[in-house]
Amino acid sequence: MSAPKKKKMSLSKRHNLTGWAFLTPAAILIVVMSFVPMVRALILSFKTGIGANMKWAGIFNYQRMFQDKVFMQALKNNFLYLIIQVPVMLVLALILASMLNNKDLKFKGLFRTCIFLPCATSLVSYAIVFRTLFAMDGFVNMLLVKLHILDKGINWLANPGTARAVIIIALIWRWTGYNMVFYLSGLQNIDYSVYEAARIDGASPFQSFWKITVPLLKPTILLTTIMSTNGTLQLFDESVNLTNGGPSNATITMSHYIYNMSFKYTPNFGYAAAMSYLILILVAILALVQMKVGDKRE
Amino acid sequence: MSKGKKIFQYVFLTIVSLISVFPMYWMACAATNASVDVIRGKLVPGTYIVENFKALIASQNLGAALFNSFKYSIVLTLLSLFVCSIAGYGFEIYHDKGKDFVMTVILLAMMVPFAATMIPLFQMISSAKLLNTTVAFILPTISTPFLIMMFRQSARSFPHEIIEAARLDGLSEFGIFCRMFFPTMRSTYAAAMTITFMNAWNNYLWPKVIMTNNDTLTMPMLVANLIEGYVTDYGMLMLGVLICTLPTVVIFFILQKSFAEGITGAVK
Repeated sequence: MSAPKKKKMSLSKRHNLTGWAFLTPAAILIVVMSFVPMVRALILSFKTGIGANMKWAGIFNYQRMFQDKVFMQALKNNFLYLIIQVPVMLVLALILASMLNNKDLKFKGLFRTCIFLPCATSLVSYAIVFRTLFAMDGFVNMLLVKLHILDKGINWLANPGTARAVIIIALIWRWTGYNMVFYLSGLQNIDYSVYEAARIDGASPFQSFWKITVPLLKPTILLTTIMSTNGTLQLFDESVNLTNGGPSNATITMSHYIYNMSFKYTPNFGYAAAMSYLILILVAILALVQMKVGDKRE
Repeated sequence: MSKGKKIFQYVFLTIVSLISVFPMYWMACAATNASVDVIRGKLVPGTYIVENFKALIASQNLGAALFNSFKYSIVLTLLSLFVCSIAGYGFEIYHDKGKDFVMTVILLAMMVPFAATMIPLFQMISSAKLLNTTVAFILPTISTPFLIMMFRQSARSFPHEIIEAARLDGLSEFGIFCRMFFPTMRSTYAAAMTITFMNAWNNYLWPKVIMTNNDTLTMPMLVANLIEGYVTDYGMLMLGVLICTLPTVVIFFILQKSFAEGITGAVK
């Protein structure tokens, strides 16, 4: 680096170039692995055909999408999971984090480890565990019958309603602890004396939660909301391994259907690319809306 | 806080903890019991683990899947940590308008769902004749906006005096990164390692797309294969799930503390 030839170059210029050299590999990889495929998917979405035999089709794929009953069902499912699961999970994570942030709480580390533990399981693994727990001859039915809550077991995964509920329960189980860790980290930046002062002024724990914790954690809440929205719109593993999209596509997600369209049935890359672009647009719109809403409360 | 509220808090946290741990405990028990006992709801570890293991290796190529998963995940983690940490460091320490702009563009990539890039990526990989290779597995996720952002954030807290002093001592810029930044940012690296390894190990969709033969499959694919047949040997199934989960759980316990610290740095 400090070869005499380079001495001509000013120090700041040399540092500037070093900086570029450091970040170039990462930047090139992101361009080639994210932005280039994104553009290619957009081009693909206006074509139709099988394999290498592609023809221009204009907006045909996009029109087809909205008449495709399975895809519309998948879209509805993703939104159902999003609307129910994300708020429940984030509120639960916030409550747990603020409880664990209490200085006087005993066994804090144990509680935190237990609640965070589900994040250590792989998505396929926990999907299969939940599938087995909620099977007709599974543990949940056995327990409910033994406790005389049910007369006989429910076939959870065979009814659209209960199958969706199981997916939502599984998602909450898997991701609450993950979000809780983000909140816990955020809470550590809030000085504990703020809470002490609020308590002396007569604020109830509920009030200090809404008036101190939530506003100060706003950036973290925004971050977790965007991450969860993004994740929920891309659900795949759970749909494939917990319910296999069934019963008769009642729980299928968009990514699962796109996968089937591209790699399971006769490959239709053009149509699959069009559907994937809808996910992209939805993710972008929702992120924008959330950022706008997040800014407003200031 | 009143006593009633305190008790409520402990009861609530205990219930949530139990619910969080139970499915994993149940899985571990089921892995050591015969399928009949699992259905009967036996909740203590049994002695059937050897039979379950024999059934598992008889039906699936467990050795290959374990080896592949470790190989793909370790290679990806090492490369990814290096590429992203040096980039994050470069973005922060030498920042100027141009680099900040590039960072903004990179952050946009975070919004790109994998489904939207999956098909062209598959076409690129397959026309480069890279299907069923480690390179195919790692290429799309070596460089991730999330990790770059995390390292950029942690480089912000890296004292400039250290850099100046090291420069005076004649250390090259790359030397400063390796000998000064790397050792100081251990907890960020630990957090990044945990996240990257877990994501790599758990990745299911991408290997399912590019790994087309039985010798290149990964652990999550193997476990998913187990439920495709009609036979439900719960003991064997849960042993497969347990083996697939163990490595990430172990890493999680080893790195838990530094993981929390690293996230704290990233959220700030």
